Amino acid sequence: MARKHLSKTTLLTLAAILLLTACKGKPWNDPYPAADADANVYYASFSEQPKTLDPAQSYSVDEAVFTAQIYEPPLQYHYLKRPYTLIPLTATEVPKPIFLDANDEELPADTAKKNIVRTVYEIHIQPGINYQPHPAFAKKPDGSYYYHNLSAADLADKKSLADFTQTGTRELVADDYVYEIKRLADPRVQSPIFGFLGKYIQGFTDFNAQLKQNNNVDLRQVPLQGTQVVDKYTYKIIINGYYPQFLYWLAMPFFAPVPWEADAFYQQPGLANSNISLAWYPIGTGAYMLEENNPNRQMVMTRNPNYHKEYYPMEGEPGDLKAGLLTKAGQQLPFIDKFVFTLEKESIPRWNKFLQGYYDQSAISSDSFDQAIKIDSAGSPEITPLIKARNISLQTSVSPGNYYLGFNMLDSIVGRDSERARKLRLAIATAMNYDEYIAIFLNGRGVLAQGPIPPGIFGYREGKEGINPFVYEWNNNNQIQRKSLDEAKQLLKEAGYPNGRDLTTDEALLLNFDVMSGGTADDQAFYSWMRKEFNQLGIQLQIRDTQYSRFQEKLRNGQAQIFMWGWQADYPDPENFLFLLYGPNGEVKYGGENATNYQNDQYDALFKKMRNLPNGEARQHIIDQMVAIAWHDSPAVWGFYPQGFLLTQSWVAPTKPNEIANNTLKFLSIDPKLRAELRDSWNQPILWPLTVVVLIILAGLLPIFYYYWRRQHRPVRDNNK
Amino acid sequence: MTFHPVILWTDALIYLLIIASIFCVRWAKRQEQLRSAWRQILQSRLAIISLVILVTYAAIGFLDSIHFRATDQNQITSVESVFDYLVSPLGKNDEKTYSAPFATHLYNKDIIILPNGLHLRDFPHLKFVDEEQMNPVDNRTLDIIRHCTLSTLGGIVIWFIICALSIMLAAQRQQQKFLTKLNKIVKEKEGIVWRTVLITVGVIIVLGFNLFDLSHAYHILGTDKVGQDVFYETLKSIRTGLIIGTLTTLITVPFAITFGMLSGYFRGWVDDVIQYVYTTVNSIPDVLLIAAAVLALQIFISNHPEFFSNLVQRADARLLALCIILGLTSWTNLCRLLRGETLKLREQDYVQAAIALGTSRKQILIKHIMPNLMHLVVIALVMDFSGLVLAEAVLTYVGVGVDPTTLSWGNMINAARFELAREPVVWWPLLAAFLFMFPLVICANLFADAVRDALDPRIRKL
Amino acid sequence: MIAYLIRRLLYLIPVLIGVNLLTFALYFIVNSPEDIARAQLGGKHIDQSVVQDWEDQHGYNKPLFYNNKETGIAALTDTLFVKKSLILFTFNFGVSDSGRNISHDVSQRMWPSIYIAIPTLIIGLLVNITFAMLLAFFRQTYVDLSGVLFCIIMMSISGLFYIISGQYFIGKVLQLVPISGFEGGFSAFKFVILPVVVGVIGGIGAGTRWYRTIFLEEMGKDYIRTARAKGLAESRVLFKHVLKNAMIPIVTGVVVIIPSLFLGSLIMESFFGIPGLGSYTIDAIRQQDFAIVRAMVFLGTILYCIGLIMTDIAYTIVDPRVRLQ
Repeated sequence: MARKHLSKTTLLTLAAILLLTACKGKPWNDPYPAADADANVYYASFSEQPKTLDPAQSYSVDEAVFTAQIYEPPLQYHYLKRPYTLIPLTATEVPKPIFLDANDEELPADTAKKNIVRTVYEIHIQPGINYQPHPAFAKKPDGSYYYHNLSAADLADKKSLADFTQTGTRELVADDYVYEIKRLADPRVQSPIFGFLGKYIQGFTDFNAQLKQNNNVDLRQVPLQGTQVVDKYTYKIIINGYYPQFLYWLAMPFFAPVPWEADAFYQQPGLANSNISLAWYPIGTGAYMLEENNPNRQMVMTRNPNYHKEYYPMEGEPGDLKAGLLTKAGQQLPFIDKFVFTLEKESIPRWNKFLQGYYDQSAISSDSFDQAIKIDSAGSPEITPLIKARNISLQTSVSPGNYYLGFNMLDSIVGRDSERARKLRLAIATAMNYDEYIAIFLNGRGVLAQGPIPPGIFGYREGKEGINPFVYEWNNNNQIQRKSLDEAKQLLKEAGYPNGRDLTTDEALLLNFDVMSGGTADDQAFYSWMRKEFNQLGIQLQIRDTQYSRFQEKLRNGQAQIFMWGWQADYPDPENFLFLLYGPNGEVKYGGENATNYQNDQYDALFKKMRNLPNGEARQHIIDQMVAIAWHDSPAVWGFYPQGFLLTQSWVAPTKPNEIANNTLKFLSIDPKLRAELRDSWNQPILWPLTVVVLIILAGLLPIFYYYWRRQHRPVRDNNK
Repeated sequence: MTFHPVILWTDALIYLLIIASIFCVRWAKRQEQLRSAWRQILQSRLAIISLVILVTYAAIGFLDSIHFRATDQNQITSVESVFDYLVSPLGKNDEKTYSAPFATHLYNKDIIILPNGLHLRDFPHLKFVDEEQMNPVDNRTLDIIRHCTLSTLGGIVIWFIICALSIMLAAQRQQQKFLTKLNKIVKEKEGIVWRTVLITVGVIIVLGFNLFDLSHAYHILGTDKVGQDVFYETLKSIRTGLIIGTLTTLITVPFAITFGMLSGYFRGWVDDVIQYVYTTVNSIPDVLLIAAAVLALQIFISNHPEFFSNLVQRADARLLALCIILGLTSWTNLCRLLRGETLKLREQDYVQAAIALGTSRKQILIKHIMPNLMHLVVIALVMDFSGLVLAEAVLTYVGVGVDPTTLSWGNMINAARFELAREPVVWWPLLAAFLFMFPLVICANLFADAVRDALDPRIRKL
Repeated sequence: MIAYLIRRLLYLIPVLIGVNLLTFALYFIVNSPEDIARAQLGGKHIDQSVVQDWEDQHGYNKPLFYNNKETGIAALTDTLFVKKSLILFTFNFGVSDSGRNISHDVSQRMWPSIYIAIPTLIIGLLVNITFAMLLAFFRQTYVDLSGVLFCIIMMSISGLFYIISGQYFIGKVLQLVPISGFEGGFSAFKFVILPVVVGVIGGIGAGTRWYRTIFLEEMGKDYIRTARAKGLAESRVLFKHVLKNAMIPIVTGVVVIIPSLFLGSLIMESFFGIPGLGSYTIDAIRQQDFAIVRAMVFLGTILYCIGLIMTDIAYTIVDPRVRLQ
């Protein structure tokens, strides 16, 4: 009986296997609906859930991926041109500043900067731009809004925005821009740049205080001195003093329009309970609109049917034509119908799905994702055979940011003005081998930093003249080379710490490294690496790792000694980097971004001059002087400029990495047919091992059946004896 | 070099644990019930082998728990353990970054500056292997075989000496001839203990010799991201695993015994209160409670750096805290068990008699009830151990495990998540964690099984 | 029995208050509202006044237990403890520190967890009971011995190894199923296979061993001897008597965990990218979003207690001798 049963199972299994192998064709591991296989849909992943998509609140790159496509500030960066150039987006032109004196009298454009009391930007927007379809705009035939007076009964079946069936649109007006600027000052919104803008926009902090007193006021009713509507399509922003970099802010979603209908709609009680809020369902005029918002699984953006006419740029940089970047020149944007972003927390599945063709680009610059490639210091990429075989292309770009090892200049050992401390700092700077850091922790995805300004930003100097002469030298092979450890030791000796021994106390020098713990396994490796670096000089390094908030507190209170910190530019201007060392921007005294609390009168004077100059010879000269001062005083060890890697599948049309602008998805295009073919050929299931496993299990069961049979046919006895 | 002893909190507790277990063993020797159970355990070959392996692990863990501060001429001080000292330079032989097991070159290409100043892009030689290697490493297989043969021979010789010495001692004690005793052991005439132990010890010694020797010539399990020897890391992880497995129960037991006994014996409101406490603690899902507590503690530790003067101490504090938290969440089950048993014991004639005679409650609890609960405690101790070692890995993954700077299997597995996403795959740290964790856990499980079989009255009846 | 159930439910209240107090103490005493605010607001250009605004808006600007700015009952109720912790009793989990409504998220993320948990439970049960029966049938033979050893080996491997290797071989090398991801409805099938297979395999060791003990215990009883003495075939004894009676401990053991299935598996979900409550919790732990962790602890406790009560009821159903009083 047993044998009969067995053969039956075997037959069944074999049949099943045959059946499975027979239906070759579509891959089994396709994580997307089969119907979409040929659709003009772009697939990407995100690893950090966005916290908010409110343009007044969102300040992180993870969120900008979405907000930049949906919201349109008046200006944008040119997609192809380098250095980064501002061009109008919804504005008709890039506004020219108008200078005013204390009596609001207009001054000539070439007036001395110190006479300027206020600057006015008047922005004209294009007429005829419409918002995406949204229920907040839906109007009944009688002109009243469908959804602005929702009752509890209306809300009963509304679990997401899609449950509101009626939608409408409206033309973009200057009012919407002013409304958003008011939101930036609204205490209910808590915009992260409120404190910063308070220094510049006229009457900004007063407006905030005024709103704090009477809650629940309609922002349209309260005037803000600093922004005014001129006519339907024109508004102006009034800035205290002179701040030429302000234009760059006008290219960020912070200054995108928000219609008053959004607040009227979203602030109705009850909606927030289903996460229906502006933070999760943006309303914009951009090329794409958010169709599905599920930060726990996937975010879907679809083409905005009301998108205004915008065209692919006609010209770019010299190499762009050859790189195939101008084949779509002059065509109407956008090209792709739909973007699907899937949440992918773990690096292993994310990487493997990219290799299987289920993600179109690996746009994320996280450490783990693109480990298939290493870039050596000579700049030549090394790609694994698989990636080569799959024709995946690689692009690199230096992102406008820097990472540095800061010294707290208020500290009694590493800081202050003394020559002793300066030599100690220089000794550390010489000993810290950031080349190795880049190789180990970044897989080569970084450029050795010489000063605060990264490549691609005006004021950066390449090659021999750009090297920090206190730490590096230019060797015979025309290459940059770190000075030897002996020189560092010599400096340390001159500072009065021969071999890391403090001569005044005759004890080993103990320094503290303040760092925020990422809680990842890399932490340990990083700490031991840091200690190793300091140990070369005989200095003992104590790691004081804390949570992020505590770390920031230490910086604010000046309790940190040596710390690792970085800066990601808000806009591509050297001012945004050199202010990291500007005295009046000191973190402890003034709550600014100068975490080292470095203060040098000469530097500060030069900074004030440089800030107001246009890019050119004169500005470069001053910047060179400033950087030289920073090199001499060495308030920080300039670590590296992070580099972004972009791996692109062969079916994606050539793209140009843009490290400043985020609204680049509208320029992308793909070949869905090619993708479907390649995916099919890459992902055929391999079945034979499964068959082998089944056979092994069956073979293992055989003796058991035999046992069973014997047992059934032997005399009964009590087994417990 | 000068040395100053350093006693970390966990070290102190380990010493305490060892002293306590010595007392327990002496006490247990006098208990006929426990002695017979012991004899039963010794009838299982698997249990004996497991025990020997466990003792080996414990020995490594113990050596790693004696810390001292070494200061050299350059005034560079570091906290090390006796274990570090014994295996050095293992652990100090850092390479630049990843290298595969037994590799002679790094895993990744890098710029090499040739003596003539030219730059070449190739796999650089490992620093450490070059230093130690006398003959060219091209003959690596031969070299490994040579190392293995020599150390195997050495190991066997040592093993023979150990066998001879121990048999001689035993023979002398029992006033037998050496050869008679040897014969008895080889033919297992006095039970299987001796031969099994000796053979297991032999295998461990030979293996240990091989590993020790090879690890000084190669990175036998490769190196990790910053070039640390993975073999060393996984050996250091043993201490972490053992501490979590043992200290946690050390913290659990006093709670469980006291509360279980009090609640079972006094009943009434005492019982109500204790039951309330453990129902409350028990009803929170374990991982969540641990996560909540660890997060809170982590913040406390990072907000009060003044309590912990250096990284080692802070990592140690976090390890101890983890043990305490694990202990506080796991005492409830044992407590409930002990409460039930006490309820039963309380009604026994001899306890009733003691009450009638006016013996003080303290006396009754300590003299009459506690000894009869010990078997349950022992079972709980050995059964929990392996689970705790495994739990560490999972908790570390969740982000509420040991400190990232503590060498532990959990951290190794956690790092492997990124390493496995590399191309080409870095697989050896995961393998190393597996290779060393698995024997420990399986031996603990097998031994625990044997202990339970021997002690559990229900199973004994079967 | 109804009186008993009501009593049990009432007993839940002090337990939940205890849990509440415990988690509240754990979080708020060590973590100040300012820490929470700064962690959520990020690092650039942050001004103290923005932090203050955040605290005001998120209701963190209150004292812990006693508000001396208020009078009467409000002094006790307008506090963090009441507003952030006791309020959980109304099942109003509030808003997470990052600004999303927790109840809404929980109600959405519950389902993927169930998609994984229930098949794993059922298939795991079937596989484990089959293996355990097999071992019990062959007790004290080499089949049994090697089976138990196999179980111990399976138990001694960390669950993380099963996940990593399952994903590597089945997902990457063989390309049989998507490596990670999730979709609702029928298409969930292809995403669920791998986690379920890994979950079942990971549970074989402990499960089989546990059920084997139950079966063996049952087989040692007198009525089984009687049945055998009666001349019943061994297989019949096993299926008809042993299995039936062993169902009591099995069923009660399973019932207690059913409500907790909603919570999902922490590790499985985050590895396979399943948007369930398990990964929700793990994310919250990693991002230190205390509002979510607090809510999940509370929810977990309630579900566990419900499980206990269900066990009591299950007892009376499978074993008529038990009466609840």
